[in-house]
Amino acid sequence: MLVNRKLILAHFWLAFAVFGIALTLGAWQMFIRSPIGTWLSNPELYYRSLTAHGTVMGYVFPTLVAMGFGYAISEAALQQRLVGVRWAWAGFWLIVIGSIMAVIPIALGRASVLYTFYPPLIGNVFYYLGVVLVVVGSWIWVALMSVNLRIWRKAHPGAPVPLAMFANVAGSYLWAWTAVGAALELLLQIIPVAAGLKNTIDAGLARIFFSWTLHAIVYFWLMPTYIAYYTIVPRAIGGRVYSDTMARISFILFLVVAMPIGMHHTFADPQVGAGFKFIHSAFTALVTLPTFLTVFTICASVEIAARLRGGRGLFGWITALPWDNPMMLALAFSFVMLGFGGAGGLINMSYQLDTSIHNTQWITGHFHLIFGGAIVIMYFAIAYDLWPHLTGRELVDLRLIRTQLWLWFVGMIVTTFPWHWVGILGMPRRMAYFDFGDPAIAPQALSVTLSAIGGFILLASGIMFIVILARGMRAPQADAGANRFALAVHQPATVPVALNTHALWVALMIGLTLTNYGYPILNLALSEGTSVPAVYVGAQ
Amino acid sequence: MSAEETHGNGSASTEVAARVERRWATIAAIIIVMMALLAAFAGIHRATMPQPRVETTDPSRLHLSGEFVESNLGSVLEANGNVTVRAIGQQYSFTPACIVVPADTPITLRATSADVVHGILIQGTNVNTMLVPGYISEQLMRFTKTGDYLMPCQEFCSFGHEGMWGKVKVIDKAEFANRAKGGGRLSCVGQ
Repeated sequence: MLVNRKLILAHFWLAFAVFGIALTLGAWQMFIRSPIGTWLSNPELYYRSLTAHGTVMGYVFPTLVAMGFGYAISEAALQQRLVGVRWAWAGFWLIVIGSIMAVIPIALGRASVLYTFYPPLIGNVFYYLGVVLVVVGSWIWVALMSVNLRIWRKAHPGAPVPLAMFANVAGSYLWAWTAVGAALELLLQIIPVAAGLKNTIDAGLARIFFSWTLHAIVYFWLMPTYIAYYTIVPRAIGGRVYSDTMARISFILFLVVAMPIGMHHTFADPQVGAGFKFIHSAFTALVTLPTFLTVFTICASVEIAARLRGGRGLFGWITALPWDNPMMLALAFSFVMLGFGGAGGLINMSYQLDTSIHNTQWITGHFHLIFGGAIVIMYFAIAYDLWPHLTGRELVDLRLIRTQLWLWFVGMIVTTFPWHWVGILGMPRRMAYFDFGDPAIAPQALSVTLSAIGGFILLASGIMFIVILARGMRAPQADAGANRFALAVHQPATVPVALNTHALWVALMIGLTLTNYGYPILNLALSEGTSVPAVYVGAQ
Repeated sequence: MSAEETHGNGSASTEVAARVERRWATIAAIIIVMMALLAAFAGIHRATMPQPRVETTDPSRLHLSGEFVESNLGSVLEANGNVTVRAIGQQYSFTPACIVVPADTPITLRATSADVVHGILIQGTNVNTMLVPGYISEQLMRFTKTGDYLMPCQEFCSFGHEGMWGKVKVIDKAEFANRAKGGGRLSCVGQ
């Protein structure tokens, strides 16, 4: 039951439009800094592009996908018309206005601070205000998800909240709280300086605030993907969810332990002591648990589908899977990239190993593999699955869809594997060009060229994706039937209160954030003499 | 609900499913505990860990007095035979631009930033630290091979970031001792 199709389609179309622009910028960046490009006469253009790419891919694109998907889940899983449609549109338009407000100073070269901000570098104040508007727009969505679930609960006292909605609301709460770190950094520190009210800023404290957001935001990006793993894939390939309980536990674990771990991004920073770094490292190890559980449950769910289709043997069932089904293909690609990306992540969070790859191209390779690969390929799959329900038309060209997914997978591997390798060789991040004529850098030339080729494969795949969706808007009308979510093998009749509500887990999330961040933040905020002069972009 | 009816909760298949699931969760938990223990062991026993202490400094007064005045930057041979290197990063270079150190010697790198956030990374090693203005970064290092190493800035520091490359020259221990005889602060200059 999707009533507000226009609202959902608007979110998806805006998401994929800005994704297309940022993807093009990304491919250009890969090319221009590789040996096959010519050196930029003005390196500053590269950083404008990089700021736009990061801001869109980090803040705008995944947020819009989560919002659109969230509205769809709310209506389809709860079988209930969305309440607060006007508010939802207000949130959407805030994101539009915020994005435009942020992109103008970026395009003018007045906000080339990259999406991670990192003061004391300070850009134009409208860039930061734009980002704030995007976040405020998304907070409206968080509130609406909560309100809609509450209304459903009143009408269905004691009934198990459908898994998709339970996870969706968990994701929205995670986002609401994780965004607070960057919001504090922007509102208390950066915006007063950017507006000219102050001219000094504590750079160390700002990095800690940002780390609060920086890691859990990845899990917010991940939520739609995991929801698709659990509630779309098994249904699409004719299977069942192995365990509804384990699914709920996984989402709860994400909510609780994705937050108090962000300081593993600051292992190499001088403003925090080793003790809290170790605590955050250990908690980061904990966040692998929900992924371990998910990989198990989803593989088991897929095996159920295979055996229902007549698959036999210890591994022979794999051949019985519906490999021509785009959802199956996307899941397999996603898992392969999640495996490699996750293994790389274990190195990043390691108290000892991080130092050999910190801030090298390894890191960029890592998060492109995880986010651009494992997560975004499932965004594609979500769009393909929802499109017929949203448009009332059929997506007919399955071969094209499969090609698109294959290209994205191959492109992402070709891009990120050499990227990891040059990182191990010590190539730093975020540079507009490299002197490949230097004998010490020359050995990296081939890998960087390969990455650039991968970037163009990704661009081709991205264009195909948008073409497929656009053609889907004009395909012959067809009734897609009811939009259903996967059922569990043992569909729960009742669920313990702890696995059916979020309050306890939200409290734990906030509590753990306070224990793991409270002291370092207070300590930095109260120490004197650590504010340093701001350096304004474009003023030099 | 139909699934509930066809597979009762007490059925053998449910028990098998739950047991397999529990086993996997246990394996995952053991992996996680092992990772944390390994990190703790290596950190405490081998003293391999991120910078433990927090030290502050005022970037707007670096050039006037204190540890990071220009005349104090570079490498110095300490009385105990160890070497201390002091350096600063600023848009868009390191001072000294080329650091000279001896091989097979414990070295302490102390560095900070004079303006925005920078980073020091020595290629081919695991020497890697952020330079955050207002704070002092300290890294312990030891080179086993002589030769030249590139030392790029690893954090975006505005429009000239791509040009911010320093160098580390690792020379023979005796040669370094010889050069250090006259006291003062050493860099590649004058070699």
